[in-house]
Amino acid sequence: MHLNRNDEDILAGELGAVKQKAMEILVALGDIYEAERLIPIESAQIAGVSYKTIGDAGLEYLSDLTGSVTVPTMLNPMGMDRYKWRQMGIDESFVEKQLAIIRRYELLGIDAQCTCTPYYVKAPLRESHLSWSESSAVSYANSVLGARTNREGGPSALAAALVGKTPLYGYHLDENRVPDISIKTDFPLTGADFGALGYVVGKIVHSRVPQFSFVTPPSDDELKALGAGMAATGAVALFYADKRATTSEILELDRSDLDIYSSSEPDVVVLGCPHCSRSELTEIARLLEGHTVERPLWICTSRFVAERCRSVISRIEATGAHVICDTCMIVSPAFEKRSMMVNSGKAFEYGPSLCNSHTVIGTTAGCINTACNA
Amino acid sequence: MLKHIKGRIISKGIGEGKAVVTNQPLSFLGGVDPKRGVIMDLKHELYGISIVGSVLTFPQGKGSTVGSYVMYQLKRNGKAPAAIINASSETIVAVGAIISNIPLIDRLDVDPIAAIKPGSRVLVNCVDGFIEVEN
Repeated sequence: MHLNRNDEDILAGELGAVKQKAMEILVALGDIYEAERLIPIESAQIAGVSYKTIGDAGLEYLSDLTGSVTVPTMLNPMGMDRYKWRQMGIDESFVEKQLAIIRRYELLGIDAQCTCTPYYVKAPLRESHLSWSESSAVSYANSVLGARTNREGGPSALAAALVGKTPLYGYHLDENRVPDISIKTDFPLTGADFGALGYVVGKIVHSRVPQFSFVTPPSDDELKALGAGMAATGAVALFYADKRATTSEILELDRSDLDIYSSSEPDVVVLGCPHCSRSELTEIARLLEGHTVERPLWICTSRFVAERCRSVISRIEATGAHVICDTCMIVSPAFEKRSMMVNSGKAFEYGPSLCNSHTVIGTTAGCINTACNA
Repeated sequence: MLKHIKGRIISKGIGEGKAVVTNQPLSFLGGVDPKRGVIMDLKHELYGISIVGSVLTFPQGKGSTVGSYVMYQLKRNGKAPAAIINASSETIVAVGAIISNIPLIDRLDVDPIAAIKPGSRVLVNCVDGFIEVEN
């Protein structure tokens, strides 16, 4: 891989040992994936934040890092709401470790917004290069916002944040952004159906670039749910929903292919995977209007969005539901070993494996109905 | 007899030890106990084997990227392999080896899993990009 003078200086250790290691990582990845050079990134987003996920291994590594990131950098959700952890039943030893992780990231100059929807805080520019690691945010950035990022791991995104560059390969290049399979759905889809569709399609297409044709154009929230599902059951980082099918390979789905909804008597209902937008919170508030929550209902969003939706959240919480920030049902220990109902293809995939939780999926209205009728 | 095999340097340094070899991919998160340096994945053919001070030879990593941090923890605990040989490295093991100062080489001129007998003495030179195997 070609390095410029500045890159060479960093690699030689002239900006310190931490940046030198970060550059060694980028050079190694560039060699592995045959990148021709490094390119500047607009922002980074780092997964591996919850103590539940990275444990003492991650905390030890972060504790040895010094210096600071060189581009705006945000974090993935952590294991608890920064303020409401008691209400979530998180024990104090976890809180202590979790806050230590956040402090280490903050000391590196990272904005400790812990969200899987960093694009609500600041949307990247079209065609900008990013180094993001949350798989659903990668999908949204590439597919809805027209930016360019690979599916980074936490450590590689952190290295890119420290240097401000990433190797030019994969989804940064036009040649890898061409759709190679068309998915046809000739029936109407709405809301949570898109998460279910993503769940199903991800299993089929793995890491390909699907192109969808829909009866009616989906909203951005629906595209978010679609991408999150495909990124969880497959490794889809990019899809298209704005063109008619042109690929030679076409897959036609029936309504019955998406028949994964079920009802049950879950211990808890959790919405907000990925973190709710303002319009999703508004929809939840509307569905809850006039009802009382009789089964624990938790709704996950980012602190940034929550602070801008105070009246909507008051309406939601007046029914007995809890709105939590900075965290989610998958990376928090709060929902482990409890049966869960979700409206998300992604949470449906990860609930059993990462939370040891019997998980069912329903529509948003179905989830609210279950929460209000115990 | 000493076999000299060239490869591609991923993480710099020089390490020497007895070969631990598998043809199965390895996940460090959940697959290796960072306190003891022992393979703890029940489904892995190396289950129960110590990798401490070894030249760990496997096709490539798999699983969570947190595996990179587990490699770092192994090193801090003094339980890391002396060096790693991959058929073809991927991100998790590459990043883990670099942050942990564990020499890592891949893309050797011959398939390392076939060429290296378990228990044989191996030198991994990731300054000049070769390994030496005593068979």
